Amino acid sequence: MSYIGHGLSHAILGGAVVGYVTHYSFYVTGGIWGGISALLITGVSRTRKIGADAAIGIVTTASYAVGIALISRGHHFTRNFEAAFFGNILGVTSTDLWVLAAVAGAVALAVFFLYKQLLFVTFDPDVASSFGVRTGVVDIVFSLLLAAAIIATMRILGVTLIAAAVVTPAVVARLASDSFARMLALAVVVGALCGFGGMYVSYYGDIASGATITLFGAALFAVVYLAGLARGALQRRSLGPGSADPDLPAGFAARARTLQDLDIH
Amino acid sequence: MAPVTGTASPPLVEFAQAAFAYGGGGVAVEADLRIAPGALVGLVGPSGAGKTTLLRALLGQVRPVRGQVLVGGSPVGRRPPRRVGYVPQLETIDWHFPITVAEAVLLGRVSESGPLPWPRRRDRAEMEALLERLDIAEMAHRHIRTLSGGQQQRVFLARALIRRPDLLLLDEPTSGVDVRTRHEILDLLSELNLDGVGIVLTTHDLNAVAALLPELVCLNGRVVAQGRPDQVLHPDVLRATFGSEMVVIEHDGLRLATDAPSHGPNHPHHGHLHHGPDHDGAAAAVRGAR
Repeated sequence: MSYIGHGLSHAILGGAVVGYVTHYSFYVTGGIWGGISALLITGVSRTRKIGADAAIGIVTTASYAVGIALISRGHHFTRNFEAAFFGNILGVTSTDLWVLAAVAGAVALAVFFLYKQLLFVTFDPDVASSFGVRTGVVDIVFSLLLAAAIIATMRILGVTLIAAAVVTPAVVARLASDSFARMLALAVVVGALCGFGGMYVSYYGDIASGATITLFGAALFAVVYLAGLARGALQRRSLGPGSADPDLPAGFAARARTLQDLDIH
Repeated sequence: MAPVTGTASPPLVEFAQAAFAYGGGGVAVEADLRIAPGALVGLVGPSGAGKTTLLRALLGQVRPVRGQVLVGGSPVGRRPPRRVGYVPQLETIDWHFPITVAEAVLLGRVSESGPLPWPRRRDRAEMEALLERLDIAEMAHRHIRTLSGGQQQRVFLARALIRRPDLLLLDEPTSGVDVRTRHEILDLLSELNLDGVGIVLTTHDLNAVAALLPELVCLNGRVVAQGRPDQVLHPDVLRATFGSEMVVIEHDGLRLATDAPSHGPNHPHHGHLHHGPDHDGAAAAVRGAR
């Protein structure tokens, strides 16, 4: 999830550049490009010979390279184009807001009605189909939703920082909860908190907003992580020596191990 | 020993001259096999013998290149049969995924519980009753990783059982668990079977699992033998199944298999050893064994 979010944000840059070069709307070219990239990643990663990480690596770097190649041919940066790279939350237009609202609504509806299928396919993809879940359809829907979310927020946070906005709230929520339902709700709250907090820091510190939102999320992660470690140490001390069973980690220790499994690039 | 057939109702499971191939290659597994309703059957054989392939075929995940796979008399299509429950190997589970016992079990009703994200009242009641029956009700809101091996196996058994299956498929249910947990799991499966649930499981463990089951199917790319343990746990069958010499010991009414000593005529085994094709049932049980 972290890797596909990161990869798709880079892949969509190719579509964004095509939009700027051809004078079409970024949302049209980015949307088409993102949709095709998402379908390609889903399709290639379903062939068992190639893992999802390799599929994402090939598709996204090729797409990113198309964007770079077009930039090197054109030699002209515009303000809009810089926004795609680095984000520009203060330059958001009413069109951007409408697109954001539409995508947020569509994603919320899709997660609401596909919650159980998404949970099953994410947790146990090999078994979900034997319980009647159409895993191929769920994979495609998930990739397209992620692509749409990235396209809608690219001009706000920028390609280089958008992965943090996708991943950090989920990771912070994971540290605080063992339940998928609670984690999902908490991630929304954490994401909103990062947005508000980051914007305040950006305004008063006169720092680029994409960077402050990302750094606010990273700081929140560090606080929750360290607080959890401290709590775990206190619990172990109160239980006495020999209480830590590496085979049966509970609570925060188990959740913190999740981070080792998250392949964050 | 004749395979179990001849009941009025169709076999619970039937592989009718079915053949399976991997990745466009030649036929890797062939099966002509019938399992009666309410049976408790173990599929045994070495790695690559086709045990998991047969389970996946029953779930509609693998299609035969020829022949048919039927569950309850109906051909298995691309969609899994409705009344089949599946318990995967615990080794394949992502134990760091944020999911509680209750959430994991309720996934078993994913296809029947409507479009809303929260469980229906009757699904929740059924989940609670199942957890109670499997003695893990107190763990409902705990993360799955914090449970013992036996409790974890019960969680995934509950996820399969909440579909109210007529046929339960388990892939290596006792792999990597301790002796006590293995006994718990086998006792539980026996209870479920007495309640009328047909069970097919795969196992590598000839003595601790296979020897205790009512019926075995020995596989090695094809069905080598099918029958009761006392009929199929025989040196000829085991040689054809595992490709190596094994001796069989009879102890306390059970037939137990072990590797044949590679050097010298003396070996440390005690009990009644069975060498060669001197057992009445074995010759009939072997299908095409060398």
